[in-house]
Formats: sequence, C-alpha cells, structure tokens
Amino acid sequence: MNTTTQAHTTDMRTPSQSPWRAPQITRRFFPVFWRNFMVWRTLAIPSLVGNIAEPLIWLVAFGYGMGALVGEVTYQGTTVPYILFLASGSICMSAMNAATFEGLYSAFSRMHVQKTWDGIMNAPVNLDSILFAEMLWASFKALFTVTAIMGVMLALSISHSPKLLLAWPILWGTGIVFACIALIFNALAKGYDFFTYYFTLFLTPMMFLSGVFFPLDQLPPWVMAIAQWLPLNHAVALVRPLFMDQWPTDIGLHLGTLAAYAVLGFWIALALTRRRFKQ
Amino acid sequence: MLHCDNLIKRYSDQTVVRDLTFDIQPGECVGIIGPNGAGKTTTIRMCLGLTPPDSGSVRYTQADGTQQQMPADALSIKQSMGVVSQMDTLDPDFSCADNIRIYGRYFGLSNAELDRRIPELLDFAVLSHKAKARPGDLSGGMKRRLSLARALVNGPRLLLLDEPTTGLDPQARHLMWERLQALVQSGTSILLTTHFMDEAERLCHRLLVLDHGQKIAEGTPRQLIQDHIEPEVVEIYGAGATEEAHDLFAHLAQRIERSGETLFLYARDATQINQELSRHPQWRTLHRPANLEDVFLKLTGRQIREDA
Repeated sequence: MNTTTQAHTTDMRTPSQSPWRAPQITRRFFPVFWRNFMVWRTLAIPSLVGNIAEPLIWLVAFGYGMGALVGEVTYQGTTVPYILFLASGSICMSAMNAATFEGLYSAFSRMHVQKTWDGIMNAPVNLDSILFAEMLWASFKALFTVTAIMGVMLALSISHSPKLLLAWPILWGTGIVFACIALIFNALAKGYDFFTYYFTLFLTPMMFLSGVFFPLDQLPPWVMAIAQWLPLNHAVALVRPLFMDQWPTDIGLHLGTLAAYAVLGFWIALALTRRRFKQ
Repeated sequence: MLHCDNLIKRYSDQTVVRDLTFDIQPGECVGIIGPNGAGKTTTIRMCLGLTPPDSGSVRYTQADGTQQQMPADALSIKQSMGVVSQMDTLDPDFSCADNIRIYGRYFGLSNAELDRRIPELLDFAVLSHKAKARPGDLSGGMKRRLSLARALVNGPRLLLLDEPTTGLDPQARHLMWERLQALVQSGTSILLTTHFMDEAERLCHRLLVLDHGQKIAEGTPRQLIQDHIEPEVVEIYGAGATEEAHDLFAHLAQRIERSGETLFLYARDATQINQELSRHPQWRTLHRPANLEDVFLKLTGRQIREDA
C-alpha cells in the first residue's frame, strides 16, 4: 500500500514530457530579456541606423519617385497621397523585418553559435522563459525601429494624425507576431542559410501580397483570397487608416487574426525548440 | 545530497546510460571517468534536469533537509547549484565582471549583492586584472576560470563540472585544480567528469568508472588500484620486444598487455622481471607503480573509441 502511494506521488511530480505541453514561463525571463538589452545598448545607434536606413530608402525612392508617377491612391474610398499610402504600409514591413531578423539571425547566434541559452539553462531559468524573453526582445527591436521611423515620418510631415499613438502598440504587436513565427524557423535551422528560404518563400511574397506598395483590390480574386490569410495584411489594414486619421474597419477580425498567429506561432516555436533541446 | 537511482537514458534506439546508481555526500568530490561516449555528459545533463531520464530518478536534498526531484524541481534545485559545462558559454559581448553580473541576475541576485561578490569571485579566479577584458581576449585557462567564477556567483552547495580542464596547458590545469581543491576544502560538493586520470586521482574522494553507459567500478582512487590491478608495472619497448619478451616474461608477470610496440607486464613483485631484463639492454624499459590509468585501461580496454 505504502509503495503504491509513493509511486503514485512520484508519477504526479514528473512533468509531462510532451513538447506540446503548456508553457511554463517564470519571472526569470526578465534577466534574459535584460541581457539582450544590455548587449544592444552598446551597439544601439549603429543598430538603429541600420534598421531605419533601409525602410527610409524605400520610402524616399518609391514614395517620392513612384509617388510622382502615381500621384494619389484610393484606399477604402478615400484618396490619399501615395507617400502616405506607402509609409503606412512600409512601417508595418519594418516591424516585420526587425522582429524577424532578431528572431532568426540573432536568436540563432545566441542559441546555437554562442551557446548562450545553454549557459542560461544551467542557472534557474528554463527554456520556456528563455524563448519567451527572446520573443519579447525581438518584438522590442521592432518597437525601437518603428519608433525611430515614425519620428522621421513625423519630421517629414507624412502624417500628423493623433491616431498614430494607437498605431504604435499595433506595430509592437506586429513585432510579436513575426517574432513568434521567426522563432519557429529558428528552432528548425541547422545553419544561417536556412533562413534564406524563409525570406524568399514567405516574407518577400507576403510583402507584395499585403498591400504595402499597392492596393490589394487590383489583384486577381484568388490572390486576394490568399492575402486574407497573411498576418502582414491584417497589420497594414489596422495601421493604414490610423495614419490617414481614420478608424480601421473589422478591428476584431484583424486583431484576432494577429493574436492567433502570435499564440499559435509561439506554441509551435516552443514545441520545436523543446524538441531541439531534447526536453 | 544528490542521489541518482537506476538512471536509464535512450536516444532513438541507442541506450546511452544503463541503470546507473550513485550519490554524492555533502563535502564530497565525486568523479565520473570513462572513455568518450561512455555517457558522462548525458549523466550530468540528467543531474541538471536538462534531459529527463527514461526511467530512474535524480533526487536532491536541500540544506534544510527538503527532498526534491529532477526535473520537476529543477529551478529550485539549480538555485543552489553551480555548473561549468564542457563548452564555453561565456557571453562574448560582456566584460569578465559583467559576465558574472548578468549571470547572477539569472539567480535573482541584487545589484548590491553582486557588487560585493564580483570582486571576490574575480580574485578567486585570479582574474582581477582582467575584470574589464572580454572573453575573446582571454586565454583558454582564463576563460575556464571565468566560467568557474560565474558558476560560483550563487554560492552553490554542489558544483557540476563537465571536463573542467580539457584543452588547458599544464600551468592552467594546475591552477584550476588548486582552485577546485580550495572549494572542496571550504565544504562545496563537486561532481566532475573527466578522462584525465591524474585529475581524477588528485581531486576526487570517490570515482565511478563508466563505460557504454554502465558503472563498471566504484571506489576511492587507491581502492580501485588495489582492487583491480597488480601493484607494479614494467613497460618494455623496442624492436621485437612484444614477441620475444612476451615469451620470456610470461611466467613472471601476473598479467601481460600489448599495445603497438609496447609490452606491459603487471606483477605483484617485479624484482625477478627486472633481474631478467638486465640481460637485455637492447630494450628500453620503465618500471613504475601501477596507477589509475592502468585500472582505467584494464576496465575499459585499449581500443580507440569511434568518436575519440
């Protein structure tokens, strides 16, 4: 009788070994987040310049160059200057890119090359908390980047909508979504080359199918049907009206889709990362 | 304080740890020795809760007597553990001092506490003069000592070291040994893996010999030598030595081993062998007491392991 009870107790205390078990995130995720912040702090200026230079080149080249040809664009019944149309889309793309780079290349360096994660797991910090910290950190990289770009856009008088304040948390959320998705590919990667597939097969097509550069309604219906499933499309649908000083439509649908991508993305990333670490 | 009972671990169809049982008492230094692929690192990973065993248990007794178990209580147990892993996991972007500081935060230590501990730890690791240097500017021995200092940031009761001196030069190795001995004297328990017999002999109170995932012997270094091997060894090298000498000495030695062009004669008393050898000056010989390496080679064999 006694033995049975003891065996039962031991079983109860042995946690589930399925990689799909619920996340166990402790508050020790914060020192991991802080570690990444401290590394970034020493390189913040060159890092930010790099992060905002590319989108600004797009903006100047396409916005003013193409803008001169295109003139104005009609979006949801309102006519806006092309540069405003482009700026509101490309800032979402910048959030996506910043979070993706951090969640792929930088996270992979820490996880695989520098073995930083292994070192951290020797301390009382579990893998779930490390992954959560990486996700949060990548989303903050997106937040820093979009904040800087927004500053430049304000300075260029592209938009002065007070609703931009609301675009800010949405862009952070966009960073969270793409950080979660990037961490899935991070968990699967054997080397940096693997990430090229993700960029060429997923991110680049998504960029063109999410209404960043041109309104989606010019596309054939079947392409539009695909576009409805892309997370970047939903981010743009929320952010663009705010830049135009309007309220987005279907807010629940867009936020819900982004939230679903984030939750599912993180869950899959966590399961695959646990499998990678044989936990 | 750490009890491993009947640990079994399989990776796909290969069993890497087979029914391993051992424990570590407070203040004790226990060594796991074994050839490459013997299951040493997997055992350490199970002790750390990083890999759950397929069966068996890892139990830990806290200082206050609380019984805990890996991996369920991993975070609480690791709060009083220190680890130096085989691979370097130092942060290349931080100075030595900041490496310790950032690591201390993973244990929830306050800045004030860390301000006090960091100079002590750098001093202990003989790295005070390198406080501001980054790991990339350190020698192999310094990096390993920084890893040790980092592992001590929480004042651990139990230290787990996976091949702490592999790849270090003799000076660096001796300094590392001296630091580890100081820790044992101050009451820290240590579990270390190594394939250096002199390291095992010098540091460990007790040794487990592991091969193919199984414990094949256990005891103090001296006990292992007494129990498993003849006390004297005569090595004979030179052209033809292995064939000719083998026939000459077969009746004088208790056991003979051959490795390449060297013949090892194991004897309870080598006097007669030495007398006979004086008539064969063409061979180079070495007469020495048996050591732990002889035990190790007898138990695990002389063949090279696949991943060695």
